Amino acid sequence: MSAHADIHAHDDDHGHHHKETFVTKYIFSQDHKMIAKQYLITGTIMGVIGILMSMMFRMQIAWPEEPNVLFEALLGKWAPEGVMDADIYLALVTIHGTIMVFFVLTAGLSGTFSNLLIPLQIGARDMASGFLNMVSYWLFFLSSVIMVLSLFVEAGPAAAGWTIYPPLSALPMAQGGSGAGMTLWLVSMAIFIASSLLGSLNYIVTVLNLRTKGMSMTRLPLTIWAFFITAIIGVISFPVLLSAALLLIMDRSFGTSFFLSDIFIQGEVLHYQGGSPVLFEHLFWFLGHPEVYIVLLPALGITSEIIATNSRKPIFGYRAMVASILAIAFLSTIVWGHHMFISGMNPFLGSVFTFTTLLIAIPSAVKAFNYITTLWKGNLQMNPAMLFSIGLVSTFITGGLTGIILGDSALDINVHDTYFVVAHFHLVMGISALYGMFAGIYHWFPKMFGRMLNKRLGYVHFWTTAVCAYGVFFPMHFIGMAGLPRRYYTNSAFPLFDDLADVNVIITVFALVGGVFQLVFLYNFFSSIFFGKKAEKNPWKSNTLEWTTPVEHIHGNWPGEIPHVHRWAYDYSKPGHDEDYVPQNVPMKDGEEELQH
Amino acid sequence: MTAFLTTIIVLFIAVAIWQMVKIFDLAQVGNTNSQVANDKDNTINGYLMIGFLIFIYVITIVCFVKWGDLPLMSNSASAHGPQIDNLMIISMVIIFIVQTITQFLLHYFAYKYKGEKGRKALFYADNNTLEAIWTIIPVIVLAGLIIYGLFTWTSIMNIDEDEDPLVIELYAQQFNWTARYAGDDNVLGMANVRLIDIDKANVLGIDESDPNGHDDVIVKELHLPVGRPVLFKMRSQDVLHSAYMPHFRAQMNCVPGMITQFGFTPTITTEEMRQNPDIIDKVAHINEIRVENSEAVEARGQDLRYEFDYLLLCNKICGKSHYNMQMKIIVETQEEYDAWMKEQKTFKESL
Repeated sequence: MSAHADIHAHDDDHGHHHKETFVTKYIFSQDHKMIAKQYLITGTIMGVIGILMSMMFRMQIAWPEEPNVLFEALLGKWAPEGVMDADIYLALVTIHGTIMVFFVLTAGLSGTFSNLLIPLQIGARDMASGFLNMVSYWLFFLSSVIMVLSLFVEAGPAAAGWTIYPPLSALPMAQGGSGAGMTLWLVSMAIFIASSLLGSLNYIVTVLNLRTKGMSMTRLPLTIWAFFITAIIGVISFPVLLSAALLLIMDRSFGTSFFLSDIFIQGEVLHYQGGSPVLFEHLFWFLGHPEVYIVLLPALGITSEIIATNSRKPIFGYRAMVASILAIAFLSTIVWGHHMFISGMNPFLGSVFTFTTLLIAIPSAVKAFNYITTLWKGNLQMNPAMLFSIGLVSTFITGGLTGIILGDSALDINVHDTYFVVAHFHLVMGISALYGMFAGIYHWFPKMFGRMLNKRLGYVHFWTTAVCAYGVFFPMHFIGMAGLPRRYYTNSAFPLFDDLADVNVIITVFALVGGVFQLVFLYNFFSSIFFGKKAEKNPWKSNTLEWTTPVEHIHGNWPGEIPHVHRWAYDYSKPGHDEDYVPQNVPMKDGEEELQH
Repeated sequence: MTAFLTTIIVLFIAVAIWQMVKIFDLAQVGNTNSQVANDKDNTINGYLMIGFLIFIYVITIVCFVKWGDLPLMSNSASAHGPQIDNLMIISMVIIFIVQTITQFLLHYFAYKYKGEKGRKALFYADNNTLEAIWTIIPVIVLAGLIIYGLFTWTSIMNIDEDEDPLVIELYAQQFNWTARYAGDDNVLGMANVRLIDIDKANVLGIDESDPNGHDDVIVKELHLPVGRPVLFKMRSQDVLHSAYMPHFRAQMNCVPGMITQFGFTPTITTEEMRQNPDIIDKVAHINEIRVENSEAVEARGQDLRYEFDYLLLCNKICGKSHYNMQMKIIVETQEEYDAWMKEQKTFKESL
């Protein structure tokens, strides 16, 4: 409440009275715009690490027997004479997954854009609690540092897969990485979850309480709807992962038996009795599946906004878009069992989860069709952000469709844990969410840094990435359908798979090229922060409120009064107006009808 | 030294790309006065959208032509296999149709409606009929798939004890498989890892006082009589494993502390499968590849020549040698199976 009152106090003196030092402005900042930038930069660094790891293990899969000097240089003792060790291969896969899902696509994507856009688009001076927001970022930073440090543990980093199923993750004698490496992984994730919860609570409270006058829930831009619902799913599901992690820590360090029972390993019987690894799977996927939507929904929200702006058209079916976000969010919490069809749980449960899972295809289909219809008869401005948004719709469709196969318990029997799964989720949540993040960066870079990204480098970046993403993940479906399991250090132990070796080489080449071309983006990003063309106030001619703020960031966002909102965010090309956009703060003309949405 | 040099070279390549990008960037100064897309950008990217649509179609066709026969792995070898394969094909056809149409609309619209200065977009915010249509069509299609899928799933997972299935335990440990046949009584003896006694060669922890266990047979190679239902009981002694038998469209996790199960009926013997024209082609192709890479193959200590066999693979990450946790499966006639079984020692004899 005090924060609320404080924010209103700014209305009188324009929020300039704080004396800011370097530390309060750039490091322990409580300003949501600075925190967004901190999230983005940290997420980008983690992304570079995650992508480098994937390039390394792709090289191992394509050329398994060949010594690679890169391995020798980067992995040291884990690649004697340049040949990658099997343990470090599993560790790379594990940490790649963890970093990309949580640190890049949850914190990097949601953290950046929820922080930047929620106050700016709803017309608030800042987040409900700037202090919690700052704590949330620094907890995220701390967890990132711990995760990176865990790479240098003597016995190796966590290597049980990003799903860390016990007993493999619980027993140091089962795997080197399950010692100190796994301890650090769990500590890092526990801190990460705390950070995520603080952030989510802040987003929810801010959206509910701090909307400007006239900004009813039905006038919210779809970005805000997506961030809002994402935060709610996070608050519901992340604590369950926290409890799973805590119970696993108890099993590992204090001798309890929540997840372990009847284990004989390395010549001795362990004392554990009565626990079940399947319980862990339930707890993990109760977060794990909603997590997919925590990653994806913000990307879809960003895309909705960018496609409407750049099509110069209202988003088609605003109500249906909101309804489908709600439907996806609700369904996402009751489908986790489709990761466990063959885990040994009762087959009847498999039937239930097949039913709920396939239902998700309906709201997803509505979203895809609405995006396509938004393009129809538009006046498409092909900015890099728009290209990434169209790319997202494309990969969302391609990746989403194979979900019909994986969500069907009968079909899952044969493709479970094969490369088919890897292809599916990388397209539908990995690449799609990454595109959403790129789209957001290209679109809101002017708002964040007051400068423009170079559009031509953006085009090069998009087209190379788009070709490589399909080149990597499309053929991957086929080796999966051929029965090739994921997480195999090399496929050469099975002559059966020898005829897949050439596909794996093709995939790896696309992955390496695609990875290297991300340098174009990194260059564009970091050089434009300092040398980019100065941005105008509203470069994309957009309707939402963030473009009414001055280019130079000020504490409190608007120098004068907070603008009032008179219409929804999508009055593009509305008949009766000269311009092809009508910002939300422009009052209705006499006799102008507000669309009934 | 080579490591150092190569690392330097890789760094140079990265720096070179960086510099080229920079030159490209600087060369544009004064060339454009805006970083917002203009009509020229819209046109070029509009055409590229069509190019990309073609790329998606081409990669789809190439994948299906080159690797499309791999998924079927040339015929399933179990009674329920064709059910799964049918459902798979139906799902694939639906996916293929939807994918082709929606990708076309997406990229074609992106090309057709590329921006032009001065043109105004159509103000078109809603159409309930349209939205109802594309809600209801997926509902109908999915209802069909769900019902078909559930019937298939139920019939696969429902194990009919009346058919007198052959009971076999699959026992997983880091990093190998063991199979235990239930013997003449077709009942497995009780077992728990706490009863493992390496000195007495009781590696599976079978309860020696349970008479059901005395006739159990422990082997390292799985033999199955063709045409007889088999009920697998899975156990693991250390971490999670997954018993994956892709040729039989069968998979189930092995969970320490509990017994899981999966049943199927093998329908084609190993010998018959080896005579299958698809398999002959596949094996010939694999052998060509192996001859080409003969050095690498021999360095691994494998036979150069590959012969088709059914396999049991581990498909749940289980540690360092997860990639090489396998067991051969041999499907044979009842007579061959009986002859093989006669040669095996029972648990009691082996103690």
